[in-house]
Amino acid sequence: MSTTHSRTAGKAMISPAVILLFLWMIVPLVMTLYFSFQFYNLLDPVTSFAGFANYEYFLTDPAFFEALGNTLIIVIGVLCITVIGGTLLALLLDQPMFGQGIVRLLFIAPFFVMPTVSALVWKNMFMNPTNGLFAFLSKLVGTTPIDWLGHHPLASIVMIVSWQWLPFATLILLTAMQSLDSEQIEAAEMDGASALSRFFHIIVPHLARAGTVVILIQTIFLLSIFAEILVTTAGGPGYASTNIPYLVYMQSLLQFDVGGGSAGGIVAVILANIVAIFLMRLVGKNLDL
Amino acid sequence: MGSITLKQVAKRFGDTEVIPPLNLTIEDGEFVVFVGPSGCGKSTLLRLIAGLEDVSDGVIEIDGNDATSLPPAKRGLAMVFQSYALYPHMTVRKNIAFPLKMAGLDQATIDAKVNGAAATLNLADYIDRRPGQLSGGQRQRVAIGRAIVREPSAFLFDEPLSNLDAALRGNMRLEISELHQTLATTMIYVTHDQVEAMTMADKIVVLRAGHIEQVGSPLDLYREPANLFVAGFIGSPSMNIISGPAAEAYGAPTIGVRPEHMDLSHEGGAWRGVVGVSEHLGSDTFLRVDVEGVGTLTARAGGEFPARHGDTVGLTPDPERLHRFDANGLRIAG
Repeated sequence: MSTTHSRTAGKAMISPAVILLFLWMIVPLVMTLYFSFQFYNLLDPVTSFAGFANYEYFLTDPAFFEALGNTLIIVIGVLCITVIGGTLLALLLDQPMFGQGIVRLLFIAPFFVMPTVSALVWKNMFMNPTNGLFAFLSKLVGTTPIDWLGHHPLASIVMIVSWQWLPFATLILLTAMQSLDSEQIEAAEMDGASALSRFFHIIVPHLARAGTVVILIQTIFLLSIFAEILVTTAGGPGYASTNIPYLVYMQSLLQFDVGGGSAGGIVAVILANIVAIFLMRLVGKNLDL
Repeated sequence: MGSITLKQVAKRFGDTEVIPPLNLTIEDGEFVVFVGPSGCGKSTLLRLIAGLEDVSDGVIEIDGNDATSLPPAKRGLAMVFQSYALYPHMTVRKNIAFPLKMAGLDQATIDAKVNGAAATLNLADYIDRRPGQLSGGQRQRVAIGRAIVREPSAFLFDEPLSNLDAALRGNMRLEISELHQTLATTMIYVTHDQVEAMTMADKIVVLRAGHIEQVGSPLDLYREPANLFVAGFIGSPSMNIISGPAAEAYGAPTIGVRPEHMDLSHEGGAWRGVVGVSEHLGSDTFLRVDVEGVGTLTARAGGEFPARHGDTVGLTPDPERLHRFDANGLRIAG
């Protein structure tokens, strides 16, 4: 790709793909924008221009602030659990042991389970207050079983989602850990660093870049957690486990208010961008070390 | 303050014995070079002394105290690694300060020592850069700096110059030798390069397959190699090894003649042969001469010696500097 001619040819050849991707992105976005300025309810075929009424309605809804808070709690909670837990597990899996290959394969398994399936398994087999495994364990030691989804809905969601994403974080951090030059650890050992100092002064800085990738990718997916909420708590009780995507869903598909839902969607896009900018400022510098 | 004694030290990985039991004494202040071909166990031996590997058998004493089961940090040794093993996320200053910080010294002492080391090694210009922004030679200096601030009782070098280009290697060799003169601390240096061994060492330990073949000063090894392996390993270009009838004429099954101990002439000579390749280095000329019944010999002549491919020359070994070896490859004295 050095001459002007080949550069032009190159641009011409990638343009169909770029145009397709662009349309793929812009058509739904423009349609959503258009709907967000319309009074458009599926029960009422007549649509009319609404101005900012849909936005006003969505942003002044008390449920919106609760959902915003819940979204942030899910994202931050899951990130903390997966990054810290993933680092520790990676440290453990990095040790030579019998059946290493099988153990690593088993470890990644939760990531391949569909979100709806894993959430249902958690809901019915673990967290169910009468038949669940946790209830059984509680009864075994003589305490009252906890109604996880009823009393701690958000914590339960964070737990389920963390279980799904922990393998991802562990795997990325484990590969990063394996790329650490063993001579660096040995040098630190000779320099008198204890195991704890070696971890904090050598291993953690080495993991910074991989950790950044984990945080960025997970944030994108965690902002839009939906299936786990739908099949476990359905956003309840009340709005206790409703996040922004679930609120948009309720607005547009349970209340048939496409206009309000679209406005919520645009708000969610803007919020995601704010989070992205904030994150890039915060951890993005690790990427071009 | 830096004598190291190995008593019957052995190392096994599973069933393979990498280092059979060996004994070695390193005196305080000595510059000892472990030299041998790759895979001879020289790096393993160094790592045993450092404490990065556990010994399978035997005792390691440092300054007369048993250090066999001490962790690396407690042995008072500092090591310079082949890959330098600098901490990439720390500046040069922090890299050098790291061992001091780990030792729990206060900031003023750390700063003073780091600045002292930086001055000794001319690191001051790039003390606030990270290792990624430094050249190979500069990184090497930082690694040495990190070792000297700890004021260890001995330095361990694991092939420290093998990642540098030839010119830089020559310079660093001198710098390390000078550092040894200044600090007068015991240094153990591992290399596969016999030039580094010859130029730097007080004492060379030649290793092959974990065995110590010979221990001695560079010139001892050069003048009186104990066996054919040492004879072939020490000296550049390496010694000509001749066996068969040509050797028996000198009263031994195998004889060795160094290229520099052969007299070259256009007429006469003990052996006559045809010049295959002649390398004119200016100061010296190295000739590869094919001698019928003896083999291909390397000979050194003066820089101006006129010889080309295809010329016939005569070679006469200096009988005083001829090495005789018995059927087992051991030196025949006298």
